[in-house]
Amino acid sequence: MNFWLDALIVLVILANLRVLGASRLDACIKTVAFQGALLGLLPVLAHLDSLNARLLFQAGISTFLKAAVFPWLLGKALREAGLQREVEPFVGFTTSLAAGVLFLGAALWIGVRLPLTDSKAAAALAPAALFTIFVGLFIMVSRRKALSQVLGYLILENGIYAFGMAFAEKQPLLVELGILLDVFMAVFVMGIAIYHISREFDHLDADRMSTLKD
Amino acid sequence: MEIGGPLTPAAIAHPHQLSALSIASSLQLPLALVCAPLLPGVINRVKAFFAGRTGQPVLQPYRDLLKLLQKGAVYSTTTTWVFRAGPVVSLSCAALALMLTPLNGLPALLAFPGDIVLFAYVLALGRFFTVAAALDTGSAFEGMGASREVWFSTLSEPALLLGLAALAKHAGKLSLTSIYNELDPAVLFVSGGPALILVAAAFAVVFLAENSRIPFDDPNTHLELTMIHEVMVLDHGGPDFGLIQYAAALKLWVLGALVTGILVPARSGRPLLDLFTGLLGMLLLAAATGVVESVMARLRLARVSQLLAAAAALSILALMLVSSA
Amino acid sequence: MTWALLGVPMFCGAVAFFLRPHGPRRFLLVAAALAHAALTLQTWRCLPAPVLLGYLELDAAGRLFMSITSVLFLAAAVYAVGFLKESRHAKESEQEDGFFFDNAPEAAFTGGLLFFLATMTLAALSQHFGLLWVAVEATTLASAPLIHYHRQRSSLEAAWKYLLICSVGIALALLGNFFLAVAARNNPDLLMTAKELVGNARTLDPVWLKAAFLLFLTGYGTKMGLAPLHTWLPDAHSEAPSVVSALLSGALLNCAFLALLRVHAVLSAAGLADFSGGLLMIFGLLSMAVAAAFIVGQADFKRMLAYSSVEHMGILAFGAGLGTAAPAAMLHAVNHSLTKGLLFLTAGNILAASRTKSVHEIRGLLRALPFSGGLWLLGFLAITGSPPFGPFISELWILKGALDARRGLLAGLYLALLAIVFTGMSSAVLKMSQGEPSEKLQAVPKTSLWRLLPPAALAAAVLVLGLWIPRPLREAVQEAAVLLGGR
Repeated sequence: MNFWLDALIVLVILANLRVLGASRLDACIKTVAFQGALLGLLPVLAHLDSLNARLLFQAGISTFLKAAVFPWLLGKALREAGLQREVEPFVGFTTSLAAGVLFLGAALWIGVRLPLTDSKAAAALAPAALFTIFVGLFIMVSRRKALSQVLGYLILENGIYAFGMAFAEKQPLLVELGILLDVFMAVFVMGIAIYHISREFDHLDADRMSTLKD
Repeated sequence: MEIGGPLTPAAIAHPHQLSALSIASSLQLPLALVCAPLLPGVINRVKAFFAGRTGQPVLQPYRDLLKLLQKGAVYSTTTTWVFRAGPVVSLSCAALALMLTPLNGLPALLAFPGDIVLFAYVLALGRFFTVAAALDTGSAFEGMGASREVWFSTLSEPALLLGLAALAKHAGKLSLTSIYNELDPAVLFVSGGPALILVAAAFAVVFLAENSRIPFDDPNTHLELTMIHEVMVLDHGGPDFGLIQYAAALKLWVLGALVTGILVPARSGRPLLDLFTGLLGMLLLAAATGVVESVMARLRLARVSQLLAAAAALSILALMLVSSA
Repeated sequence: MTWALLGVPMFCGAVAFFLRPHGPRRFLLVAAALAHAALTLQTWRCLPAPVLLGYLELDAAGRLFMSITSVLFLAAAVYAVGFLKESRHAKESEQEDGFFFDNAPEAAFTGGLLFFLATMTLAALSQHFGLLWVAVEATTLASAPLIHYHRQRSSLEAAWKYLLICSVGIALALLGNFFLAVAARNNPDLLMTAKELVGNARTLDPVWLKAAFLLFLTGYGTKMGLAPLHTWLPDAHSEAPSVVSALLSGALLNCAFLALLRVHAVLSAAGLADFSGGLLMIFGLLSMAVAAAFIVGQADFKRMLAYSSVEHMGILAFGAGLGTAAPAAMLHAVNHSLTKGLLFLTAGNILAASRTKSVHEIRGLLRALPFSGGLWLLGFLAITGSPPFGPFISELWILKGALDARRGLLAGLYLALLAIVFTGMSSAVLKMSQGEPSEKLQAVPKTSLWRLLPPAALAAAVLVLGLWIPRPLREAVQEAAVLLGGR
């Protein structure tokens, strides 16, 4: 278990905490991009001694999509919506941070108890992946803006991807590309939806879109 | 429970058996007492450099202290013994904390298992008496400064204590001396590194917060609404103020030693050399603080609590990492 | 053949995007639907060979669900021609009551419909769990823009909710995929296809399998509309144009059901059928209960139909969970899709004529719109399980399965919930159909043949299935049930 893998895991966790505590949407987008880049490099770092073309290709595509394309799409949606850059959460920042620490504890507790493979990289990565999943779900629920919900979705996908990297190392390339493509299309479609929402409603508050109910 | 350290009764009884190690550690306290006022001097000089001024001489704090000690004092009739006790107690607490703090891996003067808790509480006691002295004046203005100060420390104490807990877990020992003895910053990047770096970051934030530096408090401000620490010591004059300034310098040294002990990679194994490099590390830290103060602005009060909460989160993260590794 | 099934809709969808004139584009839509239906019919004669190392293979279960999709799409395509023709004319003259539909470009809509068909076909064809996941996510992304065809605030809100909730659900299903892969760690060379996993089910780790099923249930259950994960369904299915609603309720929910059942099959083969079956039954009954609660007193008739979809998905889950009633659940999937298609298309006619979705504002349908009103009444009778229609047979069969398995209490609950839904829907539908035409229905234009033929054909099919189940269908239903974890 090398230092770089450890450092990467800690950085992923720190990125999550940063998103929980950030108050501006573009800071959130940049942090999620950073986290995506880290996770894109993960397959390379985890198998430093057995690199092959497939790993490099996969790492390259993931990093490109997560660190360049998604932030660009979201940044474009943010700019075209032309609206406020503040995050406006339901749950205050300090409370979010405290919740984040609780999630981290839970993730570490569960991660230690998972009946795992022998790979030590997996054992180290599982808590970080679980934590990222929890944070993604929390951000989707506790933030008002539609764009924050998309960011939460991206973080959730990051966490699931990290989990997959830790465990299911043998997914065929086709499936991985399919997953990446799906996430890309999802963000693309969501970006368009956000543009429409901002035009239609003059705001990006998902909370205020509540006319449909029983 | 044994009180360790270099000056054990056995060592004193046989002075010719004093090793270089015990000489170096016993020199720590006088070195700190003498050199602590250098730190604010260096900070001010660096800030002046960034501002394009020549600035105060580095030894100016010594002259200020001398001047203050020779002055007389005026005490308001609304104050009681608490007001006079405040500076004295805060200086004694700072000195006691100093006796517990190791510099660059050398043993501190006093060391026993559990002294990390005493360390934190001694600092808290000093702070309490400063605040009490401020409240004793009966002025609402000091009260405002006191409440802000206490609020900041409510948030920074968890960061400090949890960071110390993480270090203790890492070393498996409960004494500051033993903990810092185990640390070897040179191999920080190889084994168990990230957790320690996180603790160092948390301690750096606590260092800035407890010593009322930017981005938490501006020590040079003269605007009433923006003072926090300055407000509390506003009514003290003469020798009392001198004691407070000196105690502040000692606090800089004490908390700075915690940070440099993790980050400065200079453990040569030769005690006197280590002592010297420890001093250099402290001066470097002071210079870095000066840079930070020049580059950043003071944060909004709401953001201060978030930053301190983030520091606490970093400490907790480090603790978790160390416990599960 | 497999490639043709996928390629025809995709290619035609891409072409439809770029075709400028409306006439040829609508013709293309119907032609592609016919081609797809013909290919599907061909697969009933002989199943095509596996493709791509077994990732894409049409087995009996996939064929059944794909056929449902194909038939429904054909009806929807024919209906869509009428719908698109009229909404073009309507755009200029529609300004009242906030019913101004500023519609999306027709080319995008047509292309989107065809892509939607392609992704649903992919979901039916996929044997590999990872690929199946990709397909189901693709269906979400393909259908979200279709919901927002009528450019209104409410439809945008519905599309956003749909997109977000289903994407989160599907992300959890991805985690379930990874758990499934971990469960197979004792067999490192195992291909993650349904066939291989079912064959080697005993070697899979039961703890991880159970955890994977829980995640799949949450994920695909969200997409399927099982309570309490159904919250997006009433909004999305009621705000979309009726053509799209019919496809969503009749075809898309089945795709998610198929995905869920494939996992259930793996668990059954591993001996954990009680665990997964039990969970399916609980969620099924819960869905029925929630739907019943919201159907009674529902003021919007399209929303009522959406909740009815939730109810029927609950019935499907309940039947599949019972094990012995699995063939009944398969038959019910067929019946429900045809009936729901009929109902939504008819609702579209009613909506076009009356310009309101409110149950209280519509009276005297049978007099104002005799054909559509009659179909509406027939559809209501069918969906609530009255003889002589198809759903009666399948719901009775499920009840029999429950009693055979000695689950008297659950059977009683099932019947009670069906009764509540019947009363809830009947009050709305009967009030709408009888009496003198209300103000909104005073001057209705004649409904075009394009809009009448498809629901009529579906109604005929439902009636026929209630009286006689053709042997190929009977066999297919049994085969599918066995493949998907039934007994």
